[in-house]
Amino acid sequence: MTIVDRLLGFKRNPRVHKIPGGIKPPAFKASSLRSRIMPTPIPRKLIMPLLQHQGVAACPVVAVGDRVLKYQLLAEARGTSSVALHAPTSASIVEISNTLVANGSAELQLCILLEPDGADVAVEITPIPDYRALSHLQLLELVTAAGICGMGGAGFPLAEKLRLSIDKGVELLIINAAECEPYISADEALIRERAELVVAGSKILQSICLASRCIIAIADDKTAAITALVNALQNSSIELVQVRAKYSIGGEKQLIQAVTGVEVPVGKLPSDIGVLMQNVGTAYAVYEAIVEGRPCISRITTVTGSPLITPKNFETLIGTPVSFLFDLCGIDKSAHTGSIMGGSLMGIALPSTKVPVVKTTNCLIATCAEEFPPAAPEQACIRCGFCATACPVSLLPQQLYAFARSREQDQLIDYGLFDCIECGACAYVCPSQIPLVQYYRASKAEIHEHRAQQLQSAHWQTRFQYHQYRLKEQKDEARERKSSRIETQAAKTSNGHFSRVRAREEIADAVARVKARKSKFISSSNIDQEKKD
Amino acid sequence: MLPFIETIYAQILLMLIPLTIISWLITRLAFYLHDKSSNQKSMIDQINRLLPQTQCGQCGHAGCRPYAKAISQGEAINKCPPGGSQTIIRLANLLNEAHQPLDPAHGENQPFAIAVIREDECIGCTKCIQACPVDAILGAQKLMHTVIEIECTGCDLCVEPCPVDCIDMIVTSKDTRWTWPLPSHVATPRGLMESVL
Repeated sequence: MTIVDRLLGFKRNPRVHKIPGGIKPPAFKASSLRSRIMPTPIPRKLIMPLLQHQGVAACPVVAVGDRVLKYQLLAEARGTSSVALHAPTSASIVEISNTLVANGSAELQLCILLEPDGADVAVEITPIPDYRALSHLQLLELVTAAGICGMGGAGFPLAEKLRLSIDKGVELLIINAAECEPYISADEALIRERAELVVAGSKILQSICLASRCIIAIADDKTAAITALVNALQNSSIELVQVRAKYSIGGEKQLIQAVTGVEVPVGKLPSDIGVLMQNVGTAYAVYEAIVEGRPCISRITTVTGSPLITPKNFETLIGTPVSFLFDLCGIDKSAHTGSIMGGSLMGIALPSTKVPVVKTTNCLIATCAEEFPPAAPEQACIRCGFCATACPVSLLPQQLYAFARSREQDQLIDYGLFDCIECGACAYVCPSQIPLVQYYRASKAEIHEHRAQQLQSAHWQTRFQYHQYRLKEQKDEARERKSSRIETQAAKTSNGHFSRVRAREEIADAVARVKARKSKFISSSNIDQEKKD
Repeated sequence: MLPFIETIYAQILLMLIPLTIISWLITRLAFYLHDKSSNQKSMIDQINRLLPQTQCGQCGHAGCRPYAKAISQGEAINKCPPGGSQTIIRLANLLNEAHQPLDPAHGENQPFAIAVIREDECIGCTKCIQACPVDAILGAQKLMHTVIEIECTGCDLCVEPCPVDCIDMIVTSKDTRWTWPLPSHVATPRGLMESVL
C-alpha cells in the first residue's frame, strides 16, 4: 500500500481515531504467510484440557475406555461461564487425569486424553445453510452448544458475551482483525483465503446480538487480506475500517477507541457503551457451527520461528501436541531453545512441547537464541519515561513499578493498575530491561489476595462480635438467675428481714415434722413385724 | 437611661445576654467532647480494620479490637505476628509512624494453618469450644468435637487447653496456590525498603 493510498484510506475512513501510546516492533509475519493454510493430519494422541477458556472448567460426560466419534460431546458446560468440549476425531478415551498444559506456571490441569483410531468417523450433524430461518435465540442456543470461546487469545466464552450483549442491547458489532502482535498471522491467513466465510460468520453474529451496524476493523498492513475482504464485502452492509498498524491496537478497548472514538470507562464492559467485539477467528467458528453444523474442534494456528524450516498456518485439531506441529514444519533441534504459545509480547513460555493446542492458541513460536536471547539482568529504573509514552492505556508504568516494588497497594489501585492490559509495550521499550509486566501481574495477584483476606477478616470480626455478645448474654442470664434466687429466698423470710423468732419457729416445725415421720415409720415397721410374727 | 433599664423588657434582655453566652459555651463543649470521642472511635475502627482479626491474642490483648484500642493510645504497632510485615507497614502508614520489624517476643509470622481435631481421640471435654474466639468448634459434652474449617481463624487458642492433645494445626493449600511472583531483585538504592519487607 503506497503512502498516497494510505492517506486516501484515512480520508475515506473518518471513523479512525488516534489512540495513545503503542509500539511498532518488527512483525515477523511474512515467513508463515508464504504458504496457504494447511490442514494437519490426525496426531497419535490428543490432549483435551477441560479449561481452555476464562471461567469454569467443563464437566466430563465420558468415561475412560469409551469410544467417541468425531463431534461427540466430551464435556458439557458447567453454568453460563463455561464452554462445552467436543471430540476432534473418532477415538478411544485413554485417561482422564491431571496433565501438563500451557499456563503461566507448571501447574497440572484436568485433561481428557484421547487415542484416535484414524477412521475419523463422525456423528451426524445438521448444517443450516440459511441462518435467517432461525430466531436469534435459536442461533444463540446452537452457538452455545458448539462450545466456542473467543479465539483471539483471551478466551472469553462466546455465548455468555453474546447473552450479555443482547441483554444490554448493543448497537455496534466490531469484528477484530487487527492482529497486531508480532509473529501471529492466523487471522490474516484466514481472511486471505476464506473472506466470504468470515463475512458470513460476522453476519450471523450480527443477527444474534441484534446490532444495527457491523464493522470489520483490520490493520492497514494486511494488504492481501484487505483486498479479499473488499471483494467479499461488495453489496454488503458490513463496513470495513482500516486502522493504523501498531502494537496493541488489537486490544479490545483500544480497537473500540480507534474505531468509535469512545473510550470504554474504567470498570465497565464494551457492552455498557453498546459495543460488542469478536475476533475474526470467532466469526469463522460461528460460521462453521451454524452453516456447517460442526462444533469447535479445530482452529487456525500460526506455527513459526526461525528454527522451523517451513513455518506456516495450520488448521489444527484442538488437543494436538505442540511438538507434532513443530515436526510437521521440520525443526532444527540444535537451534531450538524454547517455545512460546501466543505472540512474542504477550505469549507464555511453554514448560514443554508436549502441551496441547487449545481453543485460544493463535500462535506457536519455536525460539532460537538469536531472536529470543535470555532475559538481561534487570537494572535500576532511570525514569526515562519511554514506558509512559508507549502505554496504550495512558498509565504511568514507572510509577506503577515503584509502587509494585514497595508494595503500596492503595497507590497501585489509584494509579490504575487494574486498567493495565498487560500488553508488554512498556517492558519492550524499557532500556533497563525491567520485566514490568511481571511486576504488575504479581501486584494484581497480591491485591486480589489482600481483598480476599479483608473479606475473610471482616467475617471473622463479626463472628468474634457474636461470640462476645453470646458470652455477655450468658453472663447476664446467670446474674439474673442468681438475683432471682436470692429474691425468692428473701421472700421466704419475713419482708426480707432475718427474724430470729421466725427462724426458731421454723426449726421447731421441721423438728416436729421429722418426729412425726419417724414415729409413723416406727409404728408401720412394728405392724410389719407383728404381721410376720 | 435609667428609666429604660428599669423596664421589664430591659431586665429580660440583660438576663438573656449571659444566658446566651453560657448556652453557647455548653454547646461548644458538648460538640468538642463528642468529636473527640467519635474521632477516637473511628481511629480504633480504622486500626482494627487493618488487623487480621484472627483474635489470637498473641499481642497480649483479648482480641484484635482491644489491641486496636491500645494502639490508638500509643502502644507499639509491631506485636501482631499473624498480620506480619504487611500489617505493620499499613499501620505505620495510617499512624504516620516509622516502619519496624515484627517484635519476636510475640511470635513469628507463620503460614496460615487451621485447627483440625483428631476425632477418634476427642473425649468431648468442651474445653476447646470455650477457648475458640469465633465459635468455630462444634460439639457437646462427652460427644465428639469438630472444627468448622471455613470459620477457623488459625488462632491456635484451642490447642493448649486440650487435655488429650488431639488438635493439630494444619497448613492449608490456600497459601500454596500459584501466582506470579515478584521478579527477584537486584541491588538498588531502595535497599532500605527491601530490608523492611
